[in-house]
Amino acid sequence: MIGSPDLVAFTKEDEYGHTNPDPWAVPEEFSVPLHPLVDLNPWAKTSYAKFTKDFILISEFSEQVGPQPLLTIPDDPKVCGSFDLNYFSLRIMSVDYQASFVGHPPGSGYPRLSFVEDSRVVLGDSKEGAFAYVHHLTLYDLEARGFVRPFCMAYVSADERKIMLQFEELSFRFSQASECLKAGNRRAFAKELQRKLRDLEYTHSVLQKEEGLQREARPQTMYSAHAVEKANELANVEKSIYEHRDLLRQISSYHQRPRRDPNAVTCQTCLNECLSECEQLLDKFAKIASPFTHSEDSGEDGRSQPDGEEEVDGEEEEGVRRRPSYTPQLIKAKSAKCFDKRLKTLQELCDDVFYEATVELLKDTERSFRGDLCYLHTRRLDRALRRKQQVTNFLFEEDLGEDEESEFGALRPVCAVNHVRANCTILNPPPVVLQLDPPEPDSDTIQTQQSECHLDSADSDHTVETQETTERYRRGQSGAGPVDRKQDQGGTTSETPDHDLTPDPVLTPDLERESSSEDLETTAGEDEGDSVGDQTPVSLLEVESELMTRREDESEGRPDGTFDMDSDLLIPIDTTCCLSQEGFLYDDSTPLVPPFMDQSSDPQSCETLVVKQEPQALLPLQDQYSVSSPGSGSPAAGLDLPVLAFGDSDSRTSVEEGSDCTLSASTGSERAPSPLGYGGMVTLHQRKKAGQGSLRFVRQYPFAVQALWCLMSGRTLVVLGTDEGRVRRLVSALALFVPGPGKCAEKVQSWLSVPFTLTDLQRWKLIGLQRMASPVGSSMLYSLSRYSRYISILDADQKTLRCPPYCGQLLANMATHRTYIRRGSTYFLHLQSTLCRLAAKAFLFTFTHHLHLPVSSTEAPEVVEGRRHCFLQEQLGLGEDDSLILLYLSQLITQQYLQPTTGGSAASTCFSLKYTTSVLYKI
Amino acid sequence: MFRWILGGREAQGSVEKSPVLCIGEEQPKNWFTELQVLKGHFDIVRFLVQIDDFRCASAGDDGLVLVWNVETGERLQELRGHSQQITAMTTFTCNNGALPHTSLITASSDKSLSLWDPDTGNRVQTISDLQSSVKCLLVLERLCVWVSGGEELCVWSKDFQLQCQRQNHSDTGVTALIELPKNCIAAAMDKVIVIYRLTVSTDSSLSMSEIRCLSDHQDQVRALININDGLFASGSHAGELILWDAVDWNILAYEHILWEESQTPSPQTEIRIGAPKPSEMSIQHLTTNGKLILAAVGSGLYVYSVQTKTVVAYRKVAHDSNVLHTMLLSDSELMSCSEDGSVRMWEIQDLPLPAEPTSPGFFGMWTFGRSNKQSGPPSKKPADVPHVRTLELTGDLIGHSGAVQMFVSFKENGLVTCSTDHLLILWKNGERQSHLRSLALFQKLEENGGL
Repeated sequence: MIGSPDLVAFTKEDEYGHTNPDPWAVPEEFSVPLHPLVDLNPWAKTSYAKFTKDFILISEFSEQVGPQPLLTIPDDPKVCGSFDLNYFSLRIMSVDYQASFVGHPPGSGYPRLSFVEDSRVVLGDSKEGAFAYVHHLTLYDLEARGFVRPFCMAYVSADERKIMLQFEELSFRFSQASECLKAGNRRAFAKELQRKLRDLEYTHSVLQKEEGLQREARPQTMYSAHAVEKANELANVEKSIYEHRDLLRQISSYHQRPRRDPNAVTCQTCLNECLSECEQLLDKFAKIASPFTHSEDSGEDGRSQPDGEEEVDGEEEEGVRRRPSYTPQLIKAKSAKCFDKRLKTLQELCDDVFYEATVELLKDTERSFRGDLCYLHTRRLDRALRRKQQVTNFLFEEDLGEDEESEFGALRPVCAVNHVRANCTILNPPPVVLQLDPPEPDSDTIQTQQSECHLDSADSDHTVETQETTERYRRGQSGAGPVDRKQDQGGTTSETPDHDLTPDPVLTPDLERESSSEDLETTAGEDEGDSVGDQTPVSLLEVESELMTRREDESEGRPDGTFDMDSDLLIPIDTTCCLSQEGFLYDDSTPLVPPFMDQSSDPQSCETLVVKQEPQALLPLQDQYSVSSPGSGSPAAGLDLPVLAFGDSDSRTSVEEGSDCTLSASTGSERAPSPLGYGGMVTLHQRKKAGQGSLRFVRQYPFAVQALWCLMSGRTLVVLGTDEGRVRRLVSALALFVPGPGKCAEKVQSWLSVPFTLTDLQRWKLIGLQRMASPVGSSMLYSLSRYSRYISILDADQKTLRCPPYCGQLLANMATHRTYIRRGSTYFLHLQSTLCRLAAKAFLFTFTHHLHLPVSSTEAPEVVEGRRHCFLQEQLGLGEDDSLILLYLSQLITQQYLQPTTGGSAASTCFSLKYTTSVLYKI
Repeated sequence: MFRWILGGREAQGSVEKSPVLCIGEEQPKNWFTELQVLKGHFDIVRFLVQIDDFRCASAGDDGLVLVWNVETGERLQELRGHSQQITAMTTFTCNNGALPHTSLITASSDKSLSLWDPDTGNRVQTISDLQSSVKCLLVLERLCVWVSGGEELCVWSKDFQLQCQRQNHSDTGVTALIELPKNCIAAAMDKVIVIYRLTVSTDSSLSMSEIRCLSDHQDQVRALININDGLFASGSHAGELILWDAVDWNILAYEHILWEESQTPSPQTEIRIGAPKPSEMSIQHLTTNGKLILAAVGSGLYVYSVQTKTVVAYRKVAHDSNVLHTMLLSDSELMSCSEDGSVRMWEIQDLPLPAEPTSPGFFGMWTFGRSNKQSGPPSKKPADVPHVRTLELTGDLIGHSGAVQMFVSFKENGLVTCSTDHLLILWKNGERQSHLRSLALFQKLEENGGL
């Protein structure tokens, strides 16, 4: 079935000799390879690929020219380099076994739209060094063969493992994009059908008129060849009308299909919009032919009642607002499905809105997968861990909230077209099951076919006929007078908008039920033969009730954090792959859980990010990995590469601030010291840059450890200097060590040129102060000496530090000037881990009950005091000075926990001090 | 100490002005290890009044009265109404209900008096058409009236009805008021202390009559305090401290504090030659705990024992500038604040070694006699008396950038200071606070049912 020899089975992990990794073991990525590959650069193992970095490719199998690439994301020719997109498109399109069923199934009279689920394949091309996650989807095009246009979106990477291990998330994100495209496509398709039907209608009327003229001209029942031809033509047009009407009905019944796609996410608003639109169209064109042909039929069908009204109403509507400029055209008997015709572009196939939204989604996807697997994994671990320790995050970690959104926002069922997220639902609880199962690839397809066959049998020709007859009957009974129909109009028009106005079935289920149950009642007697799906109001009910039950299912499955597994879809091999998957990405399910919990928390996250700058090529950075430039002035640190995701948020904030948006995260160019304390968000990028500065500080000043101790034990550090640049640099370097600096580094003031007061000391923990030789300067010095017990003073000019003596060990590994770390970002990571450990200790200390409160009522406070002391000294191994750090951190944690809102504000913060003497450190 | 910053040139003098009193930063006995700055005033904050265990009110030149929660540092109420600076403030406790209710009475330069409810922030009563501004207030809870002193002396009922009034003839008006036994009140007016008696007639109307005028002070009376039921004390600008019998208004002790120059070779000797300036002897503030009297004399402190009628301890230069407010925390601990912006904590300690040169001050001490107080040779009592002790600095609170006008202690809950720099500072025991926070944390943890 799968023709490509390189097609990689997703479940092949253990066949390659890997066992399921122990979740506690060090991931393989982190272990040092014993025998390096040919390449000495461990990161360059993918460098033989012809493209420099991962990209997303959208291709189509054109019925005219075959597989062709449509666009790449990022849309930059540099991205794919010398990589042959045409060839690769051929490759990826050739493994499409989704569209295995196209065209008319035997036995059905009308052309059928094939409802095909998306398929997901991972394939590799070892020669090209390219691996791809390929997501096939089918869009409808009235002019295309079988009405379908096969497309595929592929995530192309040089790293096979990256794709394999990210399969789930890739699949989710691409499904989202695909759903978005398809939703737009359905709307566009319905519109196209509408246009076509109008044309046909017009043609029909013209032909009928001609026929009538002929009949008048020659009343006797003699048919000339011409007349016969006309009659045939008329019949053809009628047939075509039926066909298209049926297509319209099919497309509008799209939503009630059972979806097997685990990631099928539908926006309820979009769905309802589309549904009501289709419904209107369906109503409008349901009986086009009838007035002309038969008006004497008998047989009443209450169900079609709305349709009749809708016709008049719809036409008025049509004339007024829908397409005032559109004039129907005569349609030739044979439509040209030839190669000379221009096929619609992808953008035309979908609504513009949906297309743009999809591209945004894909861009977002591309962005979130930047960096190598190791980085992705680390970041994920990091995030998972950080999410678990929300109490202490404020101390040293940058704010997660923003990033969290950009990172996991796309994993939520978000409508790409900016509808409120609350309207979005995952139609199926996503089981951890892959659609692909190479050992028995047929099963799914067969299943699909079966289900489709089932559907087909349901809406057979017979259905339509009954519908027709009932229509006619109704018409006869209602007197076929337009006046009568108009009388009823009020009732139906009021009903139809109901569907439009109630986007959320949960909110107004009763209303919906009422209206649709009405329909059910009126039709109950006669539609035994009809498939349920034929009736649009009923179908609406169906969909919604289905949604409801799904939701219930989901909510049932949620409490334990796992989703229901569709056991019937679960194939043994899949489970193994799931296990291996989970072993590595064990937190993968967590991103899927939050959406339900904070679905309504932040509607803004619907907005997708925009790439503001060109992504950087990978190769130069790879060079940096291999060639280490110790202590180089440029902080273009090697690990800057993975920062891209953050870099974008960085640039976004910089755009918000109105500064230049040319800042590229990955350039690592020399830039002015980060504007800490300017009210903007301190981003990870800025912090990493500061890492270089702090490394320099640590290496340059032997008393760095004392300075750090001051900061971390809550003693305000004043950096005094005449040169603003130097002071600012020092401040931004030291700002990394300020515990709980606040979201916008509120506790840091990088440059102050007025004498400070006690209030400032309460507010700021790190102050850059200008040394001046003026009266202002002397009063400043006076305030310095006055408040000397509260502050430590780092003199940037004379390179001295005045602070209490520190002789602890805790900060030694962070601030030794003989450190072997040469890179700022490495040092930053080192710091992060050390600080994180410290925060964890502080957390433990803070929340250990018996360290603060007596265990029994008889216990004296001194006992508790002793216990606390013992804990700090013996269990944590902290000396007197080091304990101060922990006590300060603990105090911050307590404050934050007690008043999370005002924790950062200066309004009610206390200011602890310690009466100790200071000593002067010199270089 | 900061020469390394200053480059060893400027401001050196100011730093070394009082080397004796520089305690340094090592202050193990200072338990105020946490502070909180309370902002809200726009001008000098002059008055602090404790309302109850956790609230205090502050008032100052901006005419605002702010009510603070001392435990949290939260501003509870903002009492607006006075258009000019507040000149006096006191609490007024009414016991008529089930629970005593405390109100605030304020007087302002806009010649108005107001009664405030600190719970709601409402201005309950106000009198605005006074002839002069009120300088001091005294509440006589026993009679359920209160007295306002300014150029005239008025007695008011609790619902702000004027009971009686007395015009004064001195220019300065009443500067201090205290309550004496037998429905008497003492009012300090310039150099004299006038005793008035309030009599309640049969129709429950009050009348006030002047009984006695004590004119023993040579200079303006600056401070007037009750010591206990039988004693009260007054201090004058010239450094006279007089102990009076509260019943028959006789002088029990007369102390003229004359800061004489010390013999020790300290830098000040060259600076201070000759007779001390009056301001250096002025008794700014008196406080007592019944056993000891603490007098703020110029920039020095003076502790006087009521029982022995002798000096217990003193320090001539306790602050760099005038001492504005003092307090006796216990029999051995005291606190003072000064125009130099600091609050200092002192301990009365025995002299460590008798061999040490005795404390260098000279002061006159007379009992029941004052005729020869200036001329007579000062008796060297401190040197003779073995139990004269020293006043040792145990800690200082530096935070205000202006003169510290006043402070109020809330015992272990902390200390509130107010200053000309428009700020109030709440000083707390950091350890205690962190313990309280821990308690709150575990309480919240319990309420939340875990993290």
